[in-house]
Formats: sequence, C-alpha cells, structure tokens
Amino acid sequence: MERLRLISRDFGNSRARKLDYYRAHGGYQAALKALDEMAPRRITEEVIKSNLRGLGGAGFPVGRKWSFVPSNTGKPIYLVVNADEGEPGTFKDRYIMEWDPHRLLEGMIICARAVGIHTAYIYIRGEYVHPERILREAIEEAYREGILGSRVLGRDFSLDVHMHVGAGAYICGEETGLLESLEGKKGWPRLKPPFPAVVGAFGCPTVINNVESLTYLPHIVANGGEWFANLGSERNGGLRLFSLSGDVKRPGVYELPMGTPLRELIYGCGGGMADGKQLKAVIPGGSSAAVLTADEIDVPLDFDHLARIGSMLGSAGIVVMAEDVCMVEAMRVISHFYAHESCGQCTPCREGTGWVARTVDAIHSGRARRRSVEDLMQIADNMSGTSICALCDGAAMPLRSFLVKFRGEFDYHLKHGRCDLKRPVPAVARSGVFQAPTGSGGIPGAGQE
Amino acid sequence: MNPMVTVNIDGQDIQVEPGTNVLEAAERLGVMVPRYCYHPGLSVAGSCRMCAVEIEGMPKLQISCHTRVRDGMKVSTGSEQVLRMRQAMLEFLLVNHPLDCPVCDQSGECDLQNFYMEHGLHESRVFEDKIKRKKAFPIGPHVMLDQERCILCTRCVRFCEEISESHELGVLDRGDRSVIDLFPGRELDNNYSGNVIDICPVGALTEREFRFQCRVWYLSQEASICNGCSRGCNIAVHFNTERSYKADGRRVQRLKPRFNPLVNQWWMCDQGRFGYGFVDRDRIENPCLRIGGELQPRAWEEVLEEVATALKTTVEKFGAEGLGVIASPQQSNEELYLVRKLFRELLGVAEIPFRNPWEGTGTEDGILLLGDRNPNSRGAVDLGLQGDAERILEDAAAGGVKVLFVFGHDFDSDPARELIRQAGYVVFQGANWNSTARLAHAVLPGVTHMEKEGTFTNFEGRVQHFAQALLPLGESRPDLEILCDLAQRLGHALFYAEPEDLYSEWRGRSYQDLGEFGEVRDSNGAGAS
Repeated sequence: MERLRLISRDFGNSRARKLDYYRAHGGYQAALKALDEMAPRRITEEVIKSNLRGLGGAGFPVGRKWSFVPSNTGKPIYLVVNADEGEPGTFKDRYIMEWDPHRLLEGMIICARAVGIHTAYIYIRGEYVHPERILREAIEEAYREGILGSRVLGRDFSLDVHMHVGAGAYICGEETGLLESLEGKKGWPRLKPPFPAVVGAFGCPTVINNVESLTYLPHIVANGGEWFANLGSERNGGLRLFSLSGDVKRPGVYELPMGTPLRELIYGCGGGMADGKQLKAVIPGGSSAAVLTADEIDVPLDFDHLARIGSMLGSAGIVVMAEDVCMVEAMRVISHFYAHESCGQCTPCREGTGWVARTVDAIHSGRARRRSVEDLMQIADNMSGTSICALCDGAAMPLRSFLVKFRGEFDYHLKHGRCDLKRPVPAVARSGVFQAPTGSGGIPGAGQE
Repeated sequence: MNPMVTVNIDGQDIQVEPGTNVLEAAERLGVMVPRYCYHPGLSVAGSCRMCAVEIEGMPKLQISCHTRVRDGMKVSTGSEQVLRMRQAMLEFLLVNHPLDCPVCDQSGECDLQNFYMEHGLHESRVFEDKIKRKKAFPIGPHVMLDQERCILCTRCVRFCEEISESHELGVLDRGDRSVIDLFPGRELDNNYSGNVIDICPVGALTEREFRFQCRVWYLSQEASICNGCSRGCNIAVHFNTERSYKADGRRVQRLKPRFNPLVNQWWMCDQGRFGYGFVDRDRIENPCLRIGGELQPRAWEEVLEEVATALKTTVEKFGAEGLGVIASPQQSNEELYLVRKLFRELLGVAEIPFRNPWEGTGTEDGILLLGDRNPNSRGAVDLGLQGDAERILEDAAAGGVKVLFVFGHDFDSDPARELIRQAGYVVFQGANWNSTARLAHAVLPGVTHMEKEGTFTNFEGRVQHFAQALLPLGESRPDLEILCDLAQRLGHALFYAEPEDLYSEWRGRSYQDLGEFGEVRDSNGAGAS
C-alpha cells in the first residue's frame, strides 16, 4: 500500500513549484474556504482539534499558540515564519520551500485569516540560497496573480509577505532570537514573559510558526481537524516530515504518521543499515535530542513517546549511527557545534558549552583527567534548565545521554586517546536517567517494508 | 492605589507593591540575593543566572530579578538547590576568568571575589586552557577595559543604551568568544562614562585616573554632595589620609555617586566625578598679606588683625557703603547665613551679591549636568542675597568702596582684573589660588566643601547635607571659624561651634530633619518632600 503523503507528494517534481500546477491540483482552495466559509475562530478551533504540534521542534500545539494572541491591543499582529532551519540533521523545511512553496504560502494565508494578520515575515536561514530564490519566485507569482497583497484571492483581506534572510546563526532559529534578529538586533533570545504572542516582532503581538507547521494547514482546513488528528497518534496530530540521515541505505525526507515506530523509519523508509553494518545509535530529533541506543528504536515517533524515554522528537532530524561510529568523536562534533553557536548571553551556556567542548577534546585525545567524565556529567547537570532559551539544554541533553549510554567508549578514549571499535557494541542504557523501552527485539533485517 | 501583596521570603513575610521583583523584595528584608547583571537603574537582562531562587510551586528555579511577587508567594533564597545553582554559575564564570586578582584594581570591591568567597566552589576542576582576550586597554578618556575579566553582565552596554543613550558599547562575537567592546570607530567619551566603572561588578572596567593609585581597602569614605553644578548629586568621597606615600599624597582618590532617587539615582557625570582636583591642588595653605607688592605668608593673628582693622576703620569713616562684599554660590548655606549675619545685619552692608557676572552659563546635557555650575545659588537666593557684583567692583575701582571682600570667586576676565587692580583694599577668602586671590591685599585660606560640614540647596530647592571628609589642609580654616573670629575682633559676639548651630538658627530645624535624601521646603516653610 502506498504511504499517505500530504505535503511531500510533490517533492522532486519541479513543475509543482509553479502556481499553475499548484492551482490545477487544488491549490489555494483551502485558503478560499478559510476566507469564504470559515469564521476566524472556527479555523483556530479546527487547528486545535487537529492536534497539530509545532514542528520546528518544540511541539507546542499550534492552535493554542494562536489563541494566546490578544486581538484588542490596537496594534497590528504579525506572522513570522520560522524558516531558519538550523538544527543539525534537519532538512525538511528546505524540501518544502524548494518543492512546494505555494503550499507554505497558502498555509500562511490561512493562519493570517485565523488570527487577523495582514503582514507576514519569512525569516529564512542565509545558507538556504536556493530555497530562498524559489520562495521569492513563488511570492512574486502570488502577488502577480492577486493571491497575496491588498486583496488576497480577490477577497476583502490583505496579506503582505516579506522575506528576511538570516546571517547564519543557529540561535536565530530560537523564536525570540529570531525576532531580535528580524528587528535588526543581535540574535539574543528574549526573557519570557512576555511571550511573542503578546509582545513579539516590533513590540506587537506575533504568531511564530515553523514552515512545516504552516504547510499542513491547507490539509487541515480542507479535511477538518478531526481527520488530521486521526492520522497521528494521541495528542500528536497528523503526519510530519522526518529528515533521515546517516548510515542508512536511503537517507532522505520521509513523511510518516506521528507515532510510527523509529524502527520502521530506519528499516522501512531508509532501507536499513548501509553496507550491512550494525546499528549502534540514533539521534531522534536533531542534535539537541538525547541519543537512543539500538535497543530503543521501537519507540513510536511522537513528541510524548520520545519525552517518556528521556529524549525528544524535536525537529525530527534523525541521524543513524552504525557500529563503526566513534561516539566520543560524535559527541565532539556535537559539543563543538553548541560551543560555536551559543549566543553567549547566559553564563551557563556561554561558559559551559565551550568548557564541555574542550573537555570532550581532552578525553578524545587522552589528555583528560581521570575524573573528567564525572565532571562532564555534573557540568551537563549544571547547564540543564538554567538559561533563558533551550540551547543550553540542547547542549546538555545529548552530552548526558552519550556519557550514560556509551560510557565505555569515553573511558577507553580517556585512557588510550583512541577508540576501541573492535569490541562488540554493548550500548546498554542505564536505568534511572534513561529508561529503555521494554520488549526490544533483535536488530538485523527486522521491519523491512 | 493597588493593594500591597504579601510574600514570604526565607520564612519572613513582607508586604510590597505589586510589580516588585523578588530580588528587590528580598533586599527589603535584608536578604541579599547575589546578582551580576541586575542593576536597579537598568532594564532587566536576566542573563547571569546568579539570582535564581526557589519558589514554591515552580518546577525550576526562577531568576529573582525577572520574577514579580505574587500574593502568597513563598520564596527560598537559601535552599540547597539555590546554593548549588550559585556555586555552578560561579564555577562557569571562572572557566575563562584570568584570576589575576593580585594585580586587579577591583580587588576588595569585586563581586566575583565576594560572591565566590561566600557561595563558591573552592576546588577548581577547570583544567582546559582559558580563552585569551584583550587586556587593559583604554576605551575612553577615563575607562580601561579588560576583556578577560569581563563576565558579560552587559550592565555597561545597557547603561550606554538606556542612561547616557550614547551607544558606544556592545557585545561582539558569540558564545565564549563574546566580548564587550567599542563599536567600530567609537570611543567611550560621554559625560557619564565613569558610571560604567561603578556598575561593572568585576575588574573589567576600571578608572584610568584611579588605577594603581591606591588599594581600595586603604580608602575611607564620607557622604558628600557634588559641587560641580546646581543638581546636587549625592556622592561619596573616597580618600586616603593614612598612607600619604600613595598617589603623590593626594587625599581624595575618587568620587562615587551615592544613591538618591530624587536627585541623581545611581549616577553622576564625569565633569563632577573627575572635578575633585581642586581639593588637593592650588590650595591656599597660609594666610597672606601683601607686603612690598608681594603676597607673603603671615600668621593668622596678624592677617585677621589687619583685615579687622581695615573693616573697622572703613565702616567708621565711610559707613557700610565703604564695604563691598561678594559672597559665593560655592559657600554652604551656613556660611552664607553667617556672611549675611556679619556683613548685612551687624555691619550694615545693604547689598551682598553672590553671582560672578563674568561667568557664563554652561551647557546642560539633558541628564544631570545643569548650566549653573555652582552648588548653592539657590541657597543664596533663598537667603535673600542679591546685588550687582560688577557695580561693586566698579565702585571699588572708582574708590567709593574702600574694602572689597571677595569669597572664593575667580573674576577671571580682563575688565574684572583691571577693576580689582584699581581697588584700594581687597580681601580674598577662599580655598584655592586664582586670579582674584593673587591680586588681593589680604588672603584668608578657607577650606573646600570636603573639609567641612554643611548644606547646599540645589536648583529645585532641595536642601542636602554634606559631611566633612577631610581635615583642613595646611593652615586653612572653615569660613565659620574665620568669620566668627573676625566678628569678635570687630566687637560682635558671634559664637558658633558647629555649622548645625547656624542651620538651626536659620531654619529652626536640625540636620536630622533633612532625612536621607534632603528636603524641599516651600516658601511657607512646610515640607514638600
């Protein structure tokens, strides 16, 4: 049976980018429905019913986020589209913008209609030169055809869309760092409260949604919130895109229902492990997520199930690591990323990320003190939950999981300054911090589609 | 008015206004929550994470600077979790800190030292290399920056954004490479630059004038009022009198603003801050008489006797019209009161001006500094002193005024000097040598306001007390002593032991009635604030 695909249907079809094609295949019908047939409040209600979660990574229910926006402030309300896709291992929004830009624009119109928005900003990461060009063309097309502008689709509703290109900072994907950057300031996340829904861009109430979250809206409006909710798992509505990379035969972006087991993604969509290697570990939600061992891949991929085993679904950037991946080396790469990308505002993140990176370096090369691994655990604890935004937690969470689940590799590196990759892959999750799911089966060959 | 809310902090209840943050509420109970980025005069950054406290019902620790009180809130500032957090933050702050306390000017008044000693982890586990940054370079006429000591609290940045609004400083780069630095092409050269030194909790921003002059633990301090303009900013005089081998014997080492919510908040301008040089420079240390065309040091007795005789004979021969007296807006209320008493009430001088007609109005900077660069013009006005100093000088030059008695003024203009040169007999009483003093026939060395006690009345009528920080230099004496002595030689029984005696006689009130922040009284004598 062919998999259901909602927003990835046209990935790879370069004609689908064009407005003609999009319209010929039902495009902008949902936006018309939202404009003509639905009161704004009803749209929000449908979105709440759909259990659509924030797919940038935080997983906050989209409809509820909209409902926090006050409508009586006398100020304009802004929509800011977070297209600053920067979480390592994540490349799904790029696919949407490259292959299906009009569906994003249609989603934006629906959101604008629901919340009463007439100005939208798309904040796109600077490295996305190609998606940016395609998206700009789509916006121009939409303006030309009267889909955007003073009369959206000919109706008495205006929406202007502006593009803003980021300058390459990971932190500008954090929604308030993004707002600061959009306003022309240094991308330092803001203290909350107030939340952007109340005080967002330029001091005005603001909805910030991820590209993918918005792109699902046309389907929700067309088919109803309940329909979308039923496609997914409990409290995790619909489908979502998974960016699959690493040691699998067929890496790529796959659209699957929420709650699909990780095993199915790796061995079904991904075609199993590349080069006949054994699976060692999986990062399930971008590099900020706690790593999973091969024993944990029966976990259903939704926000709540991954949280339950001490990790997170995050941006659904799934990195598969085979037996020959050195976990110390992997942690080194990850820790240097966070040290490089910490904005430097909060003490624990600014100092902790660099300290961790240098300590992991020292372990990697065998220069570290004997106690360094314990020290790293404590540093990770001291970084957790102590700063303004989640970057610091995003640095601490993988660190702690790598140390707990692959302690042996760190100890070996610390002692010898190199890996011992000949040894079998034990990767036993320690109880307490991380609970391994029960009933995990064997790995090889299982779950092939 | 909103009803007060009651919060419980470490077991003590306190009522505070709604909207108060937990940190301030704790402070009112005498509970000092350690903090770096928070400053009551600046916006909340919430980034140092040092002031986190435990609040009942909240899953995580909350930063107390950004958490507003709620009625019934229960706060713990000393729970095990809170102490662990502080220790952790201090450890993070030292990861890249150079620990060069032995050569750091901030030692002894450093919050990194202080909080570390109180809450820190005492065994280091930082074994990796520290990040090197720029050390000890000037960023403006008064301020040195050491980026390695900086803990990125951004108080200085926020000060330049929000208070001086001059925008010289920013945080450059990212993560642990972040540094405070000047924006390209800029210099920290605004009239409030010294404040960033005060609010820097560590040794990152130090004062160029003060660097390596004196260790802070050798300093004493006394509460004073800035005499640089009519704002009357509250200041603390920091001085060293016990180790005269330091700083070339200068006694005053630096001035710091003192909090007064009604006058200067936490700030002062650079003009006032660095304008204390007159206390130890160009001082008149001995009474002098002009002998053979030269001013020569003489004993007090001799000089006072000559001045008293000149005054007496003039009044006897020519009446009070033969005396010209020009008071100074740098004198305290008590001294002006005494000048008025002696010269107007006892000797009969009708008109006692206090303004220097050749002194222009300075520019106001829209923040604190006012155009009138004298601390007590309003006090002189309130005491009813008035008159035309230029006309008196002209009368002195023309011979109508036989004895000209000038307090402190430097009539430093060609026409004024010419008039003084032509005057028959000029008495100068003041603390510093100036062009008028050098032309006088008798010079009576007075003291600076840091060497005496008194009050100034600022531009809005706020009477503020300043304490004596230093002993009079050399043989100089406070005006109170000089004028009482003179009066007695003139046969008037003027006895005042303390400035407060004069104040009480004038206002019918004590210094204590001024309160912490001074007192504004309307024309009916009733307290306004």
